[in-house]
Amino acid sequence: MKSVRLDNVSKMFGTAKGVENVAIDVKPGEFFTFLGPSGCGKTTTLRMIAGFYYPTKGKIFFDNRDVTTLQPNKRNIGMVFQNYALFPHMTVFENIAFGLEVRKLSKAVIKEKVERAQKLVHLDKYGNRKINELSGGQQQRVALARALVIEPDILLLDEPLSNLDAKLREETRLEIKRLQVELGVTTIYVTHDQTEAMTMSDRIMVMKEGVVQQIGSPQEIYNKPANHFVASFIGEANMLEGEVIEISGSTVKVKVDSDLQVEGVLDPSADKPKLEVGKKVKLSIRPEAIFEGQGQNQLHGTIQLVEFTGVSINYLVKVGSATLKVMIINKGNQILNRGDSISLYVPEKGVYFINE
Amino acid sequence: MNTNQTASQQESWWSRLTQSKYFIYILISPLFLVLLAYVIYPFYQTFIQSVVGTEGAGIGNYKRFFSLESTANLEALWTSIYISVISVITCAIVGVTMAFLIERYEFPGRKILSILVLVPMALPPLVGVLSFTFLYGESGIIPRSLQALFNLESVPFSLKGITGVIVVHTFTMYTYFYLTASAAIKGLDPSLEEAATSLGSGRIRIWIKVILPMLTPAMVASSLLVFMIAMASYTAPLMFGVERTMTMQIYLSRTNGNLDMAATQSTILSIVSISFLILMRWYQGRRNFQNQSKGISVHRTELRTPFMKYLSMFLSFIGVIILMLPILVLVLISFSVDGEWTIQIIPPAYTFDHYIALFTDERTWRPIWNSLQMSFVATIGNILFGVAAAYAMIRTRFKGKALLDILIMIPWALPGTVVAVNLIAAFSEPSVFSFNQVLIGTFWILPLAYFVRHLPLIFRSTSAALMQMDQSVEEAARSLGANWWYTFRRVVVPMAFSGILAGTLLAMVQGLGEFVASILIYSTSTMPLSVAIFQKMYAFQFGTACAYGVLQILLIIFVLFISQKLTNGKAGAVI
Repeated sequence: MKSVRLDNVSKMFGTAKGVENVAIDVKPGEFFTFLGPSGCGKTTTLRMIAGFYYPTKGKIFFDNRDVTTLQPNKRNIGMVFQNYALFPHMTVFENIAFGLEVRKLSKAVIKEKVERAQKLVHLDKYGNRKINELSGGQQQRVALARALVIEPDILLLDEPLSNLDAKLREETRLEIKRLQVELGVTTIYVTHDQTEAMTMSDRIMVMKEGVVQQIGSPQEIYNKPANHFVASFIGEANMLEGEVIEISGSTVKVKVDSDLQVEGVLDPSADKPKLEVGKKVKLSIRPEAIFEGQGQNQLHGTIQLVEFTGVSINYLVKVGSATLKVMIINKGNQILNRGDSISLYVPEKGVYFINE
Repeated sequence: MNTNQTASQQESWWSRLTQSKYFIYILISPLFLVLLAYVIYPFYQTFIQSVVGTEGAGIGNYKRFFSLESTANLEALWTSIYISVISVITCAIVGVTMAFLIERYEFPGRKILSILVLVPMALPPLVGVLSFTFLYGESGIIPRSLQALFNLESVPFSLKGITGVIVVHTFTMYTYFYLTASAAIKGLDPSLEEAATSLGSGRIRIWIKVILPMLTPAMVASSLLVFMIAMASYTAPLMFGVERTMTMQIYLSRTNGNLDMAATQSTILSIVSISFLILMRWYQGRRNFQNQSKGISVHRTELRTPFMKYLSMFLSFIGVIILMLPILVLVLISFSVDGEWTIQIIPPAYTFDHYIALFTDERTWRPIWNSLQMSFVATIGNILFGVAAAYAMIRTRFKGKALLDILIMIPWALPGTVVAVNLIAAFSEPSVFSFNQVLIGTFWILPLAYFVRHLPLIFRSTSAALMQMDQSVEEAARSLGANWWYTFRRVVVPMAFSGILAGTLLAMVQGLGEFVASILIYSTSTMPLSVAIFQKMYAFQFGTACAYGVLQILLIIFVLFISQKLTNGKAGAVI
């Protein structure tokens, strides 16, 4: 269990930019996630921590030890690869034992440890199976056992769930989280799936095009997105831009157009966006922060599209020149039709001003 | 902490070296050194000999080659090109037709034909030509039987001259077209045709617009390949007495002692071959008809009318006979008593002695043993070089990759005759690369020739295996604490093993059958198997010659079988 610190790490591929100035401090035992669309540099960052790439600039520390250019085999990391990277010419047992054999442990110790690891991932009876005789989920668990059995200081997971089907993905997600909590190993997890990131992580780093967008807990990332990209990448958001027409205390009134005016409260804890009357401002309203009926920030609109998911009723509502996504929790309400008019309101804490 | 720091300081010069981006060039330099010593340097020596010569420096030899006064050389160049072009056309017709029949139609005899269609690959060049002369030559079995059957004055036909060469080429080289065409047809998703039909295309339109464009890359690649091999062909012209081909001219110049001219002819032939190689690589690089479909199921069309069924049965039967005859005739003659067969249709007397003699008589066993030894030595070299080069090529990044690739492929494009002439030019005198020894006339020259000629075999089969292996598997091993060497031993080699072994077997067997370069540079003390066959043949000891041939064929069939198993039926990739 070690901490990981990246000190303004940058990576260039020739002249192409990989990642730029990543500075993070992962605490011992923390579950830390790199989240972003493909090509955002999250895997590049992970591979630098693993030692498969060396940073062009900056340093990497495990606890206080500088490992920036240390060979990957000397870092004592456990890594799970997207395609699992199991050794096809070895059995399940031999795969899990590989790292222990490298460490020159005695046969008896290896046997004991491998069997314990097999039990941990519920593969006790599969020791003699060949890799190609396993299902995708089982292969995934072998990869996990192989990474964990060496008792790594840091566990690195590179999109480990992306090759599983939806149901298995959910099961395995819980399984990984359970193991991580049980073993308390510092874990860095790479994914493009926001649900995985939100449900598993202690903290998330959101990346885009090699640049860190925001680092924070899942709640912070969701409720207080740092910018347009974070707001729209994590969950759904109605992004609006309008002109500030009134500031009184922490309450700000914004006019998007003549039919759409909203009032919101500035978050006292966050950096205050520099707001002035007459200036433009960006704001985000989550679909679930909009309610049907009468109240604060009253809006009227026309329904353009209706979607029933079971849990919720999703509407696309045209209000003035803007189209809002609205999510109404299904409590047996009557479902409106396309073309109907609808009354909506947004409580002021549902309006979030983006500091951009 | 402190101990950590001292340890890392001690390691630092080493790690600084290994992390330098120039470190890779230290690792690959031995590969380039080998290529420089045994491919480029001999080639350069030949070129030097062709321009410097005995009559002073200049391009006199080239002027003589292209002079219109004595046109022997130009004629040879023309004949070689002519034979090669015709060979490409005939091989394409036979190979593609066979591929379509076997892949697309279901008919009685399809199964057996689909196996036997690859038989020509099991014939070493010399042995193949030999059996063709026994079968269809002037005193061959078929012409003589026809003569007897119809009571003719003379044989109705016989293979000789350029026709003979082309027939032998067609028989031995159509497999290149067959393999690539059948792979392409297998990869051709029938749903593409169905899609075209559903969009309203007729049969002919589908052929022109869908099937042919999909097959074009395979056809072009095979054409270039067959052209190159036909240009390099030496055995067929030798046995059918076509003296005016490039390879024969080189051989004649060399045996007449006109070394400068041999060097000149070699250089010109090399230029033709290498330009074809580069053309081929370039074309392969830009062909990009990747089939997008996953699981492809090929539906074979069944023949419906009884007439077609009987016709196809008859034709398959003829096909099987034609394919099997060369081997059957070798087996037959291998049992014949030497010197008894003169004007009879088939040999009159039989014996088992030749086979016993192969392994008991010191004089007949000697060439087998020589070839085994020399081929073994060459193959060990090929393994070391091939595996290292394949790993460097697939797994590392460095400038000069394209150059390494071309340099490794060049020996494969160079005709065996040229390889021999190059080695003669380079190693008739002591040089650094031969550790100041004269190699010509020693044991080592033939293994060196085999090493050079079969350089790409293990390299290619290993690269193919490595390419299928995901790099993350190696990274997984590294992340588990294994160093590079441990990873290489425990993960890379076992995973590429089938590829390495397939290439090794092929190199070994090719070494055992090598004739073209051997005939120019062998010394009597280390006479190889193929040269022994050739000499027995000229001494009219047909039985012994054929017994040697059958032995070679058995070895090749064994190797093909093993590599077919190892590569899951993708043996075509090894060739």
